[in-house]
Amino acid sequence: MQRLRNAPPLYFLGVIVLLFFIGLPTVVSSFQSSEWTQVLIFAIVIMGLNILVGYSGQISLGHGALMAVGAYTSAILIHRYHVDYLLTIPIAGLLTGLVGFVLGIPALRLSALYLALATFALAVVAPSLIKRPVQLTGGVQGILLTPPDPPQFAKDGFAAVTGGLGMTSDQWMYYVSLVLALSLFWLAWNIVRHRPGRAMRAIRDREVAAAASGINVAAYKTMAFGISAFYAGIGGALYGLSIGFVSPDTFPLALSFQLLVGAVIGGLASITGPLVGGIFTFWLPIVSSQFVASQPWIPAGIAAAFKNAGPQVSYGALLIVIMIFAPNGVVGLVTVGYARLQARLRGAGDRGSGQMPSDPQTV
Amino acid sequence: MQEFIQQVVSGIASGGIFASLALALVLIYNAMGLVNFAQGEMAMFATFIAYTLISHGVNYFIAFPLTLGLAFIGGVLIERAVIRPVERAPVLTLVIVTLGLATLINGAAGFLFGYTPNYFSSPFSAHTVNILGAFASYQDLSVIAVSGIVLVAIYLLLQRTTLGLTLRAAAHHPEASRLLGVRVSWMLALGWGLASAVGAVSGIMVAPILLLEPNMMQTIIIYAFAAAVLGGIDSPLGAVVGGLIVGVTVNLVGAYVVGGDLELAVALAIIIGVLVIKPNGLFGRAAARNV
Repeated sequence: MQRLRNAPPLYFLGVIVLLFFIGLPTVVSSFQSSEWTQVLIFAIVIMGLNILVGYSGQISLGHGALMAVGAYTSAILIHRYHVDYLLTIPIAGLLTGLVGFVLGIPALRLSALYLALATFALAVVAPSLIKRPVQLTGGVQGILLTPPDPPQFAKDGFAAVTGGLGMTSDQWMYYVSLVLALSLFWLAWNIVRHRPGRAMRAIRDREVAAAASGINVAAYKTMAFGISAFYAGIGGALYGLSIGFVSPDTFPLALSFQLLVGAVIGGLASITGPLVGGIFTFWLPIVSSQFVASQPWIPAGIAAAFKNAGPQVSYGALLIVIMIFAPNGVVGLVTVGYARLQARLRGAGDRGSGQMPSDPQTV
Repeated sequence: MQEFIQQVVSGIASGGIFASLALALVLIYNAMGLVNFAQGEMAMFATFIAYTLISHGVNYFIAFPLTLGLAFIGGVLIERAVIRPVERAPVLTLVIVTLGLATLINGAAGFLFGYTPNYFSSPFSAHTVNILGAFASYQDLSVIAVSGIVLVAIYLLLQRTTLGLTLRAAAHHPEASRLLGVRVSWMLALGWGLASAVGAVSGIMVAPILLLEPNMMQTIIIYAFAAAVLGGIDSPLGAVVGGLIVGVTVNLVGAYVVGGDLELAVALAIIIGVLVIKPNGLFGRAAARNV
């Protein structure tokens, strides 16, 4: 009880967010649940990307391609080998992690700039590479997946909470994604707080100094790539399962780009950033194309222009503005704002006394 | 054999296009150590300007230099507005900003000009002429000629004029140049303008071959990356040689080995192969790193 009373307000915020996500499908429609499933999937992949970009200082513009590896692994296992779909998710994660680990080896020799270049090319080429082995991947058509049926205990539980409503497969996939997102966020939190996280940040900030302090730079850099790809693989497998098909054009360059935007907007090198980023990445195109157009108070001309311009313009403009004015993203802004507010509330007297400096700009 | 020569000639023509765009990348890399991911989109936008001018009845040979001038101004403005605030930021920030720029320009072009592919007519006919047993179209020849002229012009500008000397000085020794009275920051803007104009040439040259639409340069930029990396990303000469090699290789490998749909994968293989085996490329200087 004493611990609970002393817990910082952040913990209560966390509990509220958790309750929101657990309760959501019981109050919204099945379709809306499937939308939030996508948010959770984006959050998972962006969390992985954040470990790579935010904590270890490497860059990948090819995470969409890694998601494709995960999604196709899962789809091929289900479709051709009739493996249980839940089992394919960790397999997809591990296999993609392995691919990422292997990719990380040449990446060791590359500076951030060259790495960006190579992974960008990978993202562009990925769809045509996937189309080639038609026997395996189904070519342009891709692979159709039947939506998984919720197991009995989940149906019973859902009916008990909602008063007899049946659980759809969309709602079930939401909970599968939620459980995985929670465990993967917990895992990431543990990684970055402990030895590997400290090592990665040391490498990011000053590689030579890190090496001189006995950190195995090569091992940690490839490990970051592997972990990041593991997240992308799990996210990819969930993505395929939740939308019901995988095809080469499900994973275009734009997807890789959206993921990076999400990571940056949410805030690099933070644990809550990817969740904010996931929400942003998924909702921004929808808001810009539908929400604005449907609001009566926005002049028709502006609304139409907004709709026609599509999400691309907003993505690009937001990305530039955030990089210039708030390189630590939304979470960075909130943290700084909260710290200022607290300093103001405590009075001017102890300003600058024993305060830790806020996190330096990480990117 | 004749078909082989044919493939080489058309490879050289596309190589000229890749070389122009790669040269634009090299110009910006030399100015500030950054690969501009928006280079292709900037070229695409300039091509749309040329298209609009021509479809309003402006003669091709007037629209061409006019577009290059506008592209130059556009490049300078972009540098002032978007790049200058993050000039001294880490390279990761710069990369993300140019990616944002690429998306922004792509979306803006789709918004302004639409996503339907436009037929961009070239004043050079597609009729072929027989040179030493190989047939080359006038269009291919004009692409080779124009690219050649642009590359020579850039070479002369950088190596034989005071402006070129100042540009290079500002890029290599910003501090010393500033002490000597060079306005380094404006030199960066000039470099962006120059790169934007050179890139526009590649866009206008490629538009009659592909169809003009906002995603036109998305594949070309990959070939240009491959060309720049192969030649050594800080070497203008390397960009040209790299462009030609990439053009011919991609054409030949696409025709005889892997098939047209995997031509892009050849570019990816070149990029990764060069970066892993010889990161400085054919003509690049070995990079020194401050620790």
